[in-house]
Amino acid sequence: MARIAGVDLPNKAVKIALTYIYGIGRVSAVEICQKTNINPDERINNLSADDVNELRKMIESEYKVEGRLRTEVALNIKRLMDIGCYRGLRHRKGLPVRGQRTKTNARTRKGKKKTVAGKKK
Amino acid sequence: MARSIKKGPFIDKKLYKRISDSNKTGQKQMIKTYSRTSTIIPEMVGYTISVYNGKTWVPVFLTENLVGHKLGEFAPTRIFRGHTASDKKAKK
Repeated sequence: MARIAGVDLPNKAVKIALTYIYGIGRVSAVEICQKTNINPDERINNLSADDVNELRKMIESEYKVEGRLRTEVALNIKRLMDIGCYRGLRHRKGLPVRGQRTKTNARTRKGKKKTVAGKKK
Repeated sequence: MARSIKKGPFIDKKLYKRISDSNKTGQKQMIKTYSRTSTIIPEMVGYTISVYNGKTWVPVFLTENLVGHKLGEFAPTRIFRGHTASDKKAKK
């Protein structure tokens, strides 16, 4: 099993397996394959150690993935909260940030439904 | 969609004039504005601008990290006071 950027890649086609890394989607996965001259449809287990190293080098040098990407995103959100702008306030309250309705739905941000007794009538 | 770069950031003409005027004279007095949609530009850093929120003027002190945001983002227009503890009690 190949291990890149701290993630164990499953035995799937390279273009799919790479997307198991946080920060790499289908597009950048194919891009990486092209840059390293690796067949994107090859299974991970069929790759030679050299190929895996090639992939690892490419990802480490040119892509922001996993921990570093996560901290960057967290810092961006923290910045919004610190300067006290509207988007920051919404992040603080755990409500949708981009102007969606909150009368109904918005469950992804608000979490599981909290039932209020006697709400009807 | 993002605004065209050709146009540059939007900023209310009146507000821009007041800023550049007082930048020339070196005096910094309080500026009141209704223009919530104006972008904060580097020239405005250091000013305290009172932004109207529909009811009152909210003083916003502009610093380096606020550049690129809009004035209105820092003057909330709604106040959430919370729900009543229990709706049943509230009815009685």
